[in-house]
Amino acid sequence: MLEVRGLEAAYGASQVLFGLDLTIGAGEVISLLGRNGMGKTTTVRSILGLLRPRGGAITFAGSAIAGLPAYRVAQAGIGLVPEGRQIFPNLSVHENLVATARPPRAGTSGEAWTLERLYALFPRLAERQANMGNQLSGGEQQMLAIGRALMTNPRLLILDEATEGLAPLIRAEIWRVLAALKQTGQSILVIDKNVEALSRIADRHYILEKGRIAWSGDSAALRGDAALRGRYLGV
Amino acid sequence: MPLLLFLEQTLNGLQFGVTLFLMAAGLTLVLGIMNMVNLAHGAFYMLGAYFAATLVPITGSFFMSVVLALAGAAAVGLLTEMVALRTLYSRDHLDQVLATFGLILFFRELVKIVWGPIAIFMDVPDLFSGRVEIVPGAPYPVYRLLVLAVGVTVGGFLWWLITRTRLGMLIRAGASNREMVGALGVDIKRLYTLVFALGCALAALAGVMAGPLYVVDIGMGDDILIKTFVVIVIGGIGSVRGAFVAAIIVGMVDTFGRILPSQFGLSATIAELAIYILMAAVLFWKPRGLFPAAG
Ligand SMILES: Nc1ncnc2c1ncn2[C@@H]1O[C@H](COP(=O)(O)OP(=O)(O)OP(=O)(O)O)[C@@H](O)[C@H]1O
Ligand SMILES: [Mg+2]
Repeated sequence: MLEVRGLEAAYGASQVLFGLDLTIGAGEVISLLGRNGMGKTTTVRSILGLLRPRGGAITFAGSAIAGLPAYRVAQAGIGLVPEGRQIFPNLSVHENLVATARPPRAGTSGEAWTLERLYALFPRLAERQANMGNQLSGGEQQMLAIGRALMTNPRLLILDEATEGLAPLIRAEIWRVLAALKQTGQSILVIDKNVEALSRIADRHYILEKGRIAWSGDSAALRGDAALRGRYLGV
Repeated sequence: MPLLLFLEQTLNGLQFGVTLFLMAAGLTLVLGIMNMVNLAHGAFYMLGAYFAATLVPITGSFFMSVVLALAGAAAVGLLTEMVALRTLYSRDHLDQVLATFGLILFFRELVKIVWGPIAIFMDVPDLFSGRVEIVPGAPYPVYRLLVLAVGVTVGGFLWWLITRTRLGMLIRAGASNREMVGALGVDIKRLYTLVFALGCALAALAGVMAGPLYVVDIGMGDDILIKTFVVIVIGGIGSVRGAFVAAIIVGMVDTFGRILPSQFGLSATIAELAIYILMAAVLFWKPRGLFPAAG
């Protein structure tokens, strides 16, 4: 589904990614781990076309997307739940969901996302439909950011720190939703600091260290290697 | 002041107010959403009037000419946005001011070449040339009432467009976080081009409506442009609702500012200052205008 080869990215003169490789298969849930400032968000921004990569190739569903403007990448079928949520504060919950909604691309299987289906997944959002984005709690904003991305009917969903700064109960709710999405066959790339929850839900993991993939493997390997977690994740 | 004069001037003020609103709606969106200072907005007011004044004798239909003039101005706006303005969005305001001032000069010369330097006249369409007595004893020109009705209708249409449609949602979303709108799959450049062209069509509509009331000449866009900027600053930059309210207020203050001083034996120069005093007062009380746009 997504294949990243030798990705390099920089902010001005300071290079952040130094030849990163990563693949995500159809229906897979992949995690991207790493301490603060290692380049996880930069990786996401490069894939989305929000940051123009310096080098490397990115292929999504068979076509090269590196260097395309963000709207084309999104239209190709990548749905972003960005770091910091970034919902539209001056739009209502309902409007946040429908403003950028898109039907699934022709030829994609699976049930399409509709408002009804989304509100069934997040009953809280249904109650808050008429509220403006800036009237929501952090947890509700996060649900809205996920819902907004789902309404574009993405083939790959990318979540950047979707549980950061949330109360334990809300976090559990988000993990529950991600597990439910996985059940439907949704491909997901999830960035998070919670290794425990990730090792339950993700099929494979990548650990990012100073702009390179330092380790990759499955959940059993990650869980079994305390030295690895201590070295790269500080946990 | 005699009551009849007061009523007549109130209608005049409202009518000038909605004309200002047609100008301000596009300008405030372009400035609020794209963060772009466009001094050339008055050029589309002028072009609308010239197009319509030329088309009326050819087509023989006022309505038809208006439609074509708006389409023509929107097309010129589209071209201008794609060729010149697109490169200016990321530049600072001084660059934008200089470049769009250049565009004013460009359009002035262009009009001079095509239509000549002398003002042209546009007749009030026959259908609307009469007067009606809305208040007994005070016949009021039907055409001015038409301008008023068109302005209010367009105001309603814009309200619907911005609060009730997908396009309107995207316009508001783009005003608060344009990168995110792009990251969710919307071509924001195309959206901006569309908004810009719409703004140009509205400016042209204001120019067409003003054509039969004043004269159609090369300077016609300049005076109204300055007042339009006053309107969007008072209303709150980026707010169409604010533009509507402020346009009516400015239209009233400007109209009454012209007649009141003479009623009290004062100098008429106060009239010229009235709207600027109003702007200063509003900004002192509400620095971001009456209806600051969210985000
Ligand atoms: N806009 C920017 N301009 C310059 N440098 C930046 C910018 N954004 C990030 N960086 C730098 O790039 C490096 C990688 O940042 P990035 O945000 O990708 O890390 P991250 O892994 O997502 O971290 P976190 O866990 O804190 O979200 C950091 O050293 C950061 O300081
Ligand atoms: Mg990050």
